[in-house]
Amino acid sequence: MDFADSPGELEFRLRLRAWLSENNPGLPASSTADEYWAGQAAWHQTLFDAGFFGLSWPAEVGGHDLPSVYEVILDEELTTAGTPPRPSVGYLVQGLLRHGNEDIRRRFLPGLVNGRERWCQGFSEPDAGSDLASLRTRAIRDGEEYVITGHKVWTSYSDAADWCLVLARTDPDVPKHKGISAFIVPMGQSAIEQRPLQMINGVRREFGEVLFDGARVDAANMVGEPGEGWRLAMTVVSHEREPGELGYVARYGKLVNELAHLVEEEPSRFGSEAQRDLAWALVETEMLRCHVSRRLSDRLNGLSHGPEGSVDKLLMTAAEQAVGHAALSIGGAVHADGDDVWLKVYLYSRAQSVMGGTSQIQRNLVAGRILELPTS
Amino acid sequence: MDVRLSPEQVALRDAAAQVVDRLGVHGVAALDDRERAGKLDAAVHASGWRELRTAMDDRTPWASAVEVALVAEELGRGLADAAFVGATLAAELRRRAGAPAAGGAETVALRADLRGLATVEGGHVPPGALALDAGTAAAALVGMGGADGWTIGVVALEPPVPAASTSGVDLTRPVASVEAPGTVAAIDGQAHSLSSEDMAAWQSLGLAMTSADLIGVMRGALDLTTDYARSRRQYGAPIGSFQAVQHLLADAFVAMEGSRSIALHAAWAVDALPAADALAAASASKAYCARAARTACETAIQVHGGIGNTWDCLAHVFLRRALLSSDVLGGIGPSLERVLAGRNIGVDDGLR
Repeated sequence: MDFADSPGELEFRLRLRAWLSENNPGLPASSTADEYWAGQAAWHQTLFDAGFFGLSWPAEVGGHDLPSVYEVILDEELTTAGTPPRPSVGYLVQGLLRHGNEDIRRRFLPGLVNGRERWCQGFSEPDAGSDLASLRTRAIRDGEEYVITGHKVWTSYSDAADWCLVLARTDPDVPKHKGISAFIVPMGQSAIEQRPLQMINGVRREFGEVLFDGARVDAANMVGEPGEGWRLAMTVVSHEREPGELGYVARYGKLVNELAHLVEEEPSRFGSEAQRDLAWALVETEMLRCHVSRRLSDRLNGLSHGPEGSVDKLLMTAAEQAVGHAALSIGGAVHADGDDVWLKVYLYSRAQSVMGGTSQIQRNLVAGRILELPTS
Repeated sequence: MDVRLSPEQVALRDAAAQVVDRLGVHGVAALDDRERAGKLDAAVHASGWRELRTAMDDRTPWASAVEVALVAEELGRGLADAAFVGATLAAELRRRAGAPAAGGAETVALRADLRGLATVEGGHVPPGALALDAGTAAAALVGMGGADGWTIGVVALEPPVPAASTSGVDLTRPVASVEAPGTVAAIDGQAHSLSSEDMAAWQSLGLAMTSADLIGVMRGALDLTTDYARSRRQYGAPIGSFQAVQHLLADAFVAMEGSRSIALHAAWAVDALPAADALAAASASKAYCARAARTACETAIQVHGGIGNTWDCLAHVFLRRALLSSDVLGGIGPSLERVLAGRNIGVDDGLR
């Protein structure tokens, strides 16, 4: 039982720290500005090219075959350096690794991991949110292709994406979970329309909605077997729920360190309420850092991804929203000069309890699958 | 980094679990079962768990704070009405002072607000000082200020308070006022005084240990309450099938898991990090666990409904134990102040 670095881990940490001191892109926090989202691809490629991305993924897809705990070291050093977090594509990587055949893994994973090809995820629909399995986007076989028609929403980075991992119904005559297949659809075609969604913090570069009106995809781009889409979706969302996969620890750490510096510099400006909110934000981010260490250590046993991901997601949400409340208390809501970066951090934090599965759904999963409470 | 427990640590935890499963407090009536309490005390004594922080030949402790935390958690889960926290903190003071281990059952006395070790002023124990684990201890250690740091004094506790005393908040671990003007004596054989780093590390051990006790309390309260929610029926269905009830229990479980992560780190930090860093880690842990435990125990009472508000339901015994463990060496407020002090914000309480 040891939270400290092994000699190999320490060597990696120091090498990373030295590199970061020269290569901080100086981007704002991810939640506050379109500038971050515009610079994300370059940051991804820089991290990858320096050998600091995909640490725990297989070498065959561009990873480094290191134990998962190296991702914790990366997050901690990114926090200390105040850089943006590592790009969150791990859930897509895990989905393709587990469900894609050799051809899919070889054609698509290297570009996804090295950041040269941009991806988005076409899961949710206007009428299929928490009840994802009721999705209505159709994929109909036409020779060696499928023709896709439907409406996807909450599609992160759809404006910049080369590829979209789309869930579509290929068999309407079987129970809803069994008739869904997954496709890797090229975004650059006229039958796909992408519209940005402006979020409550004003950002327009993160989320979009995507309309498929007879878009075509090669049948060889189906991931897994026909009808395997739901299982792939569960793989993806269970990874999406883990803070270790997302690297959000670094984002919260960067924000809370900046807030602490503001208060340290001029403590008299901030009342006891703001100081208390800051203290809770520090405690919650510390908790999440320790929790990720614990969960990634558990993975050394080769544990699979079960309902614990819902626990992780709820803890991650609590941490982000504690940081959000501290940002509101310390940054304040009203700024006549328009400098409302902390207000944006707070507003963005409200999405964490919705995206990747709402907190209500996560609580249902914890109650049913971990506490084994009866179903109604 | 690999924070999985070692096989030896798992075995220690399982041994403690077996003892409390056999001899812990599994119903309110058991609090008055003197025979059971005596057997539990004997089992804890025989296990050597109270000596985990006594010194080996090189003055390091027999076991790390992680082992202490594993035992503390199980004792909390089983509502063990046997001395542990006080005895362990006393042993740690003796070890850090380079003094021989106590001859008899010993504990520590804390300030009236429980935030720190009681410190003798003008030869007297400060008013309102409280001895932990007062049911069985014959003596309590206190701090004695000096020009070169702290020395350790001892006061006799007589007569011992009955273990089943209901005078304190916690029905499983009585505390007692220490009224001993003029009877404080320095303990024999102190090799050296304790530095402020020693006192910060000692405080960290106490915060990590009580964090672990709180996790145990949460586990016990949650086990009790999920069992009840599966069996209690209303509207023709188990109440645990209703989302309103499920979400209360899920939130309590999630907060317990967060507590486990931050408290594990705090326990490791006691022996692995510099004292100031260990104290920051322990303070963050204590604030988190204290808040989580109070909420989890309140949920236990809520889900039990009217029964949960009666004396004969164990839910309040968990809550009461959580309230004492929270306050020992600093609850939410003092712990958050220390977290801020670690970032150079606010008032330092002298331990940093």
